[in-house]
Amino acid sequence: MSAMEGHAAPYVEAQQGQAGELPAAGIAALDRSRAKALEALGERGLPSQRDEDWKYTSIKPITRSRFSPAAPGTDCPEDFVAAAAIENLDAWQLVFADGFYLPPRSKTNGLPEGVRVAGLADALTQNPQPIADRLGSAMGEIPHGFAAMNSAFVGDGALVEIAPGVQLEKPIELLFVSGCSGEGFLSLPRNLVILGEGSQASVIERHLSFSQERSLSNSLTEIILEKAAALDFCCVQDQAERTFHVGGLFARLAQSAKLKATTVTVGRAWVRNDARVNLDAERALVSLDGAYLAFGRSHVDNHTHISHNAPECTSRECYKGVLGDRGHAVFHGRIVVQPGAQQTDSEQSNQNLLLSANAEIDTKPQLEIYADDVKCAHGATVGQLDEAALFYLVSRGVDRETARRMLTQAFAAEVLEGVEPPALQTYLASRVSGQLSSAAAQVSAP
Amino acid sequence: MNSAVKELGELVGREYKEGFVTDIEADTLPPGLDESVIRFLSGKKSEPDFVLQWRLDAFRRWQAMEPPDWAHVKHAPIDFQAISYYSAPKRDEDRPKSLDEVDPKLLETYNKLGIPLEEQKALAGVAVDAVFDSVSVATTFKDKLAEAGVIFCPLSEAMANHPELVREYLGSVVPQSDNFYAALNSAVFTEGSFVYVPKGVRCPMELSTYFRINALNTGQFERTLIIADEGSYVSYLEGCTAPMRDENQLHAAVVELVAFKDAKIKYSTVQNWYPGDEEGRGGIYNFVTKRGACRGDNAKISWTQVETGSAITWKYPSVLLEGNHSTGEFYSVALTNNCQQADTGTKMVHIGEHTSSTIISKGISAGRGQNAYRGLVKVLKGAKQARNYSQCDSLLMGDRCGAHTFPYVEVKNPTATIEHEATTSKIGEDQLFYCRQRGLSEEDAVSMIVNGFCKEVFRELPMEFAVEAQKLLGISLEGAVG
Repeated sequence: MSAMEGHAAPYVEAQQGQAGELPAAGIAALDRSRAKALEALGERGLPSQRDEDWKYTSIKPITRSRFSPAAPGTDCPEDFVAAAAIENLDAWQLVFADGFYLPPRSKTNGLPEGVRVAGLADALTQNPQPIADRLGSAMGEIPHGFAAMNSAFVGDGALVEIAPGVQLEKPIELLFVSGCSGEGFLSLPRNLVILGEGSQASVIERHLSFSQERSLSNSLTEIILEKAAALDFCCVQDQAERTFHVGGLFARLAQSAKLKATTVTVGRAWVRNDARVNLDAERALVSLDGAYLAFGRSHVDNHTHISHNAPECTSRECYKGVLGDRGHAVFHGRIVVQPGAQQTDSEQSNQNLLLSANAEIDTKPQLEIYADDVKCAHGATVGQLDEAALFYLVSRGVDRETARRMLTQAFAAEVLEGVEPPALQTYLASRVSGQLSSAAAQVSAP
Repeated sequence: MNSAVKELGELVGREYKEGFVTDIEADTLPPGLDESVIRFLSGKKSEPDFVLQWRLDAFRRWQAMEPPDWAHVKHAPIDFQAISYYSAPKRDEDRPKSLDEVDPKLLETYNKLGIPLEEQKALAGVAVDAVFDSVSVATTFKDKLAEAGVIFCPLSEAMANHPELVREYLGSVVPQSDNFYAALNSAVFTEGSFVYVPKGVRCPMELSTYFRINALNTGQFERTLIIADEGSYVSYLEGCTAPMRDENQLHAAVVELVAFKDAKIKYSTVQNWYPGDEEGRGGIYNFVTKRGACRGDNAKISWTQVETGSAITWKYPSVLLEGNHSTGEFYSVALTNNCQQADTGTKMVHIGEHTSSTIISKGISAGRGQNAYRGLVKVLKGAKQARNYSQCDSLLMGDRCGAHTFPYVEVKNPTATIEHEATTSKIGEDQLFYCRQRGLSEEDAVSMIVNGFCKEVFRELPMEFAVEAQKLLGISLEGAVG
């Protein structure tokens, strides 16, 4: 038995202790998938740096101490939720404390017909079968121990279901606050977003830390887009230094479906993201973008995997990172063009700006192509601010510090500009510039 | 499109032109590997004791290692006990003193390959240290090189005559336990070349060696060591062909280059080993470790390779850029057809300040070939102002082949500038149409486009090789496209 399996053992035990109390326990399909995930967790353990996909990310900071699963009934004070609101954002909002849905803090009135927004646990208790059938379907094979852990405990989280043809005018915000239970707790939200044929929606998933207490947030979102559905999805990770966040985004797209997914990582947390998109039928389109700031001692790892399983699909991927202090960022982008996926059009890029001598970036863009009539390109760059551009601004009377900040912000803007609605974009831009100015003092000139 | 597919079939169906076995009695060790085999090998070459100990040390390390499984290739597990580790032309003691004494059949072999030694001597001005299986049979132009102070000889000879150099540099770039196949090579290497270019000397000619795997069932384990002392320059050419046979052959070579201050080493390879038949039977497994170290300021190491042969290629010529302002280059064309698999690329490790590296990789996949570029660009903390430019392009011909790119970039210094670009595409119908419309046959058009695609690499090759490389590419691809 490896040491890593040892790290998984307490979580296996904890699951066994509460398996009978999990929502919809006793439903055969759900019991089976939980047991299977538990077995995967026990067998494979938590990932180690010996796994190629975790080569640059050590989970030692997580395994140093154990986290206990938070218990239902955890609350998040109202003033925290109010203070966390995004200015000018008109949205339906679901609030979760350590992964558990808090109806009293949420705003879901006025939802149009054909839209179902609920806590996953409630939905499972009411009518488990249809949900149990779809849970795990976008993920497919369990990629690693954390996803196995989430699946073994699957209980609460958000369920967003849009009926065919419905077009939502306002975004739905899912606000996850971790660390509400105190020091050393683990939250395991599981979200399921299903868009029926021809429907359209915008979903924001935002993660915050309640306090500076150590907490682990192991969140997994599955997205299923039926024919010609269009989803605008934005994941904002803005957590505190002692929060560990393992995020999963698994999407499956049917014919002509469109997904725009943007992950923005600010804050100081230790973050690992796995995004996996399957383009299952003709003319599906995905645009998978990310912006990440790694300052202080933060660690941001983005692993993405886009699989072209059918002809004539398009994928666009652009991840941009700014690293300072002792920040460490990892990017791994994998694009697979399966046999027969002719007329694939795929572009991927990863650009990184290094601002300090102690920052580190490891990037690994990959293409795997098994079809010949394709157009694929990828690129990766690591560099500094353009001295000529800096000089230009300074010569126009802008002081050097401001000029640096302007250029850095402009660098990240490419990703942020695509974010809708404008209120969210403004919020993200201010979070980015806020973090850049607080880091600016420590940025040394090249 | 139909005609293209047909032509592809015809071209792919072409038999391997270099497939023949020279019937020379070989003095071969029975298959199997243990310490006694290593003692036998070492004794056979009358090696100094430190070499034997070094081999045994490598063997012990190798026994504790597992074959790597991370490469994007598939093959049955290799039974290392089923391989014979030594094969040499007979009558070792009365080796030919000149070309006239060389076995006529051997010369015939070279003639079939179109590389007659005597002609090359006169025409190309190339010194050839020909490895026929494991023992060197002829070395030419020795005098001229000796005059310049250049040592160019079989590694076994260098062990006897220059043990101090061998002891200092053997394994200094690729340590015994570097990887599974390098460890195996360190234990059982049988032959190879040794080059030492003294301070300030520009080697008067291109050095060249032709390897040819001959006896059935013998893996070949060459080991090449090239040292370029301060301010020197050397260009080394390596070219390979192998006879046709059914059983997979293992080839695990190690090449070590050391370049000191202001020295330059240019290492060019054209590899055309037997790729196996249409169904992927037979063919060479080419698992090679090649690495160079720029030990001094302004040193430069340049790798150029054209890989058209072998059933499986697993090869990453690398450069350790230790000296300030040192330069590493990697130019590669890799072609996979039928069932060939290639996982090749490079590693550039930036250690010194102001170091720069360039990577140009062109992969061509046809038939059911799988072609992967795997590369690492690593910038260590102290490597200020490091610069890298990587470009990996893939060309796909046919819908059953694959092209893959696995670049790794690790940067720990903020002053580094790294660029990586990759594209994958097929030959455009419009490009072909344009050429056809101008009166070119489809085959000529394809060949022209492919040669254009590879031009950036071909122009890095020495002239003699560039011609051979274009010819090889033509043979391997003729009609493979439409």
